[in-house]
Amino acid sequence: MDSTLVIGVVSIVTAGLTVGLGTIAPALAEGRALMNALLAIAQQPDEAATISRTLFVGLAMIESTAIYCFVVSLILIFANPFWDHVIAATAR
Amino acid sequence: MNISPDQTVLLDFGPVSINATLVFTWLTIALLAGLARWITRKLSTTGELSSWQNCLEVLVEGAQRQIRDIARQDPDPFLSFIVTLFFFIATCNLLAVVPGYEPPTGSLSTTTALALCVFCAVPFYGIRRHGLRRFLHLYLEPTPLMLPLNLIGELARTLALAVRLYGNVMSGGLVAAILLLVAPFVFPALMNVLGLLTGLIQAYIFAVLATVFIAAATAAQEQTAHHSQPRV
Repeated sequence: MDSTLVIGVVSIVTAGLTVGLGTIAPALAEGRALMNALLAIAQQPDEAATISRTLFVGLAMIESTAIYCFVVSLILIFANPFWDHVIAATAR
Repeated sequence: MNISPDQTVLLDFGPVSINATLVFTWLTIALLAGLARWITRKLSTTGELSSWQNCLEVLVEGAQRQIRDIARQDPDPFLSFIVTLFFFIATCNLLAVVPGYEPPTGSLSTTTALALCVFCAVPFYGIRRHGLRRFLHLYLEPTPLMLPLNLIGELARTLALAVRLYGNVMSGGLVAAILLLVAPFVFPALMNVLGLLTGLIQAYIFAVLATVFIAAATAAQEQTAHHSQPRV
């Protein structure tokens, strides 16, 4: 197998795995955070503004882990440095 | 496919090239600065308020209240910094629905620059408030053993700030572009509406996190000051 094929296959499979596995934990965590925030709002509706503001910030922190996975997989697909290197080497 | 407006080079002067990120950043800055200049040119404290002045006052007062709630201290020293960050990011993200406009926040270089501004603002406000010695002592809290962790945390949160904004804005644009290929009629518009929402929320989150970081540098020192002199 030539290296172009290997790099292409490995990049695509890894990109899929990165998003697939990497979003499991943030999804569960965001669900828990939202659940607890809703429970808190149900118990104390007066504090809804503070709770939802903190919830948004917390969700953004949790979500950023999923976004790191997404960015890595996008780099693997659209801006893969190894792929560019191999293409440049074969063109030479 | 481009994943960053950095790759769209409009003009090339040898070592310096003008890419889409720069041009749209300048456009956004010109728009915001021009609008602010135009509104504040005819401010009035008595009688009729112009509707633009009223709108701006509502925004600034809302920002003041939010910062006071989050930081639990006087918002005036860092109000201008935080609100500038918020308005710049929000304008970039909202203008993303305009055809042909590539949001500068969808480029890692812009978001890194913004995150570096926050990174520099934390010591700036910390030192201005409590002096160099006490600010540096904050890194030795709770024990000097935590020094490397505190330093790594400082760098990691800057990186996280940059990549979070970049990832959100860029992924919004990219998903819209991919949906345009797959289902060209209704779904891209829906995704753009969602993009408006996430764009505003991301701008808000960036501003809130900047506030929290700066407030941690200025308020924690007050607490240590209280702890260090309880018997006076």
